[in-house]
Amino acid sequence: MLKVPYVTGYLTERFADDDFATLEGYERAGGYRAARKALTEMAPADVIELVKGSGLQGRGGAGFSAGLKWSFMPTDTDQPKYLVCNADESEPGSFKDRILLERGAHQMLEGILIAAWATGAEKTFIYIRGEYAHPARELQRCVDEAYAKRYLGENVMGTGFRHDVVVTRGAGAYICGEETGLLESLEGKKGQPRKKPPFPAQYGAFGMPTTVNNVETFSHVPHIVERGADWFRGIGTEKSPGNTVFGVSGHVERPGLYELPLGTRLDEIIFEHAGGVPNGRKVKGVIPGGMSMPILPAGQLDVPMANEALRERKTMLGTGGIMVMDDTTCMVRVACVITYFFRDESCGQCTQCREGTGWLNKIVNRIERGAGEPEDLAILVDIAGKMEGQTICAFADAAAWPVQGLMRHFRADFEAHIEHKKCPFSESFAL
Amino acid sequence: MISEQARARIDEAISKLPARRGALLPALHIVQEELGHISPETARELGELFEIHPVEVMEVVSFYNMFYAEPQSRHHVYVCTNLPCSLRGARVLYEQLEAHLEVDENGNTADGRIHLGHEECLGACAYAPMMRVDDRYCEDLDLDKAKRALEELE
Ligand SMILES: Cc1cc2nc3c(=O)[nH]c(=O)nc-3n(C[C@H](O)[C@H](O)[C@H](O)COP(=O)(O)O)c2cc1C
Ligand code: SF4
Ligand code: FES
Repeated sequence: MLKVPYVTGYLTERFADDDFATLEGYERAGGYRAARKALTEMAPADVIELVKGSGLQGRGGAGFSAGLKWSFMPTDTDQPKYLVCNADESEPGSFKDRILLERGAHQMLEGILIAAWATGAEKTFIYIRGEYAHPARELQRCVDEAYAKRYLGENVMGTGFRHDVVVTRGAGAYICGEETGLLESLEGKKGQPRKKPPFPAQYGAFGMPTTVNNVETFSHVPHIVERGADWFRGIGTEKSPGNTVFGVSGHVERPGLYELPLGTRLDEIIFEHAGGVPNGRKVKGVIPGGMSMPILPAGQLDVPMANEALRERKTMLGTGGIMVMDDTTCMVRVACVITYFFRDESCGQCTQCREGTGWLNKIVNRIERGAGEPEDLAILVDIAGKMEGQTICAFADAAAWPVQGLMRHFRADFEAHIEHKKCPFSESFAL
Repeated sequence: MISEQARARIDEAISKLPARRGALLPALHIVQEELGHISPETARELGELFEIHPVEVMEVVSFYNMFYAEPQSRHHVYVCTNLPCSLRGARVLYEQLEAHLEVDENGNTADGRIHLGHEECLGACAYAPMMRVDDRYCEDLDLDKAKRALEELE
């Protein structure tokens, strides 16, 4: 079983308690009170205004306002409307949704129910990555409990509102985390992202108006309804309110999950919470938000973990998956691992992405072997630049950014390989 | 042949979705659980059930890593070799397991018991190195711990 976070907050503070994972236990902790309040005391439009006012940003990577997204759902339609809960969590370095599913499924389901009320959705599809077999079973158990208690299905809480939740499993494809790739997969097809527009709010799951949110995004919602937008805005930064669950991995003493306010400084997370780097080593670089986000060098860790601050350093919060690398690490090897992943996972629809990810991987592998040429560095930068903003989905950008970050801050590592015609970092992690 | 039990589970999946085709992934999971892989014969049956060409079924099978078009070893063992796991020795562990299990160039043991492969991030980065044994995660591994987990497999 997954270890509960080392530092907890309103989302995870009861995760160590087995009782909390059951419906009765969750209710004893105050669970489903917020949903009852929303469904019986609030008009759907008021719920949307509340969540908009709270400033809750999506936690799936892009950081878009959740309330604003809900407001895009048409109100004057006869078509059925749907929600999708994105539980595909496949961004390397990210493992927060897994614990929110394993230990907090009712909290997420309550958030879903509130969102369904707000948007008038009749069904939610929870799309969970295929490898999460255990979390999927836990989730299904909680869905069944909620049906038995009439928190789902017909006449929810006696209000006449109907909502159904269907759990479906993915089957091992990173691109199904991209929301329109997910929708295609949900429809039983290859998970190839759709051209936008139309956006999901117009043409989503099975062609119907749909809102897609991340597991963690939904999990915040009951707390906002219960305690109000001002309470939520009092946590985190002005532009990025609330807590988030950071995952820390790589070269730290205490890898694990940490629930902390957005805006907590990266160096505080690494050195105070995660115990710093083992074996008396120093940090060389840190990827701050899942593998798609550009790396930061050791000198730039004094940054608040919130998009407005991270953007100034040409990176982003992403999923909050923090990967720490010590000073033995060869950044060309890091580039080899990263580019391999994106080459392997490209869905192949767009030439820039399909070919670009392959070229990037080939060139960094060549450099690592000691067979790189000085002009390879300019070629890398050129290819990465041409992959940005050109494609059907943001995957190609996500593949280009980490290479750009490595070239920005660790060009010297690449140059040293080319000059010495071999990898000069003998103590680095093995490839 | 798709069994009656599997057929019933597929029908249940279909009943929960707005369009029949939506149950194709659930159906592939259900059928593969029973038969181990998706054969041309199974693809034909599923094609009929979902009113699509068997080739379309196989296209979906080949898009997703967790569906198999060929017969498989009894157990799948996948070591995550993505970055956070690699930083904590996953690739060394992978090579040690390769030698320990004496797998062939396709990653299979001679007795058909285990297929060893590597996989991308499985959402267990803080508990690295780790591997997935069928649908179970084994975390915080060293070679001995990994060997013990594999010995338990029939
Ligand atoms: C390549 C790619 C992969 C993605 N993978 C995930 C994922 O695994 N989980 C997730 O919630 N969002 C993922 N996203 C973001 C989704 O497209 C979408 O923005 C998100 O689910 C919206 O939810 P939110 O607004 O609550 O964050 C991915 C995006 C891209 C471009
Ligand atoms: S950018 Fe890449 S992953 Fe996205 S649709 Fe194009 S080829 Fe597929
Ligand atoms: S990198 Fe191995 S589980 Fe995430």
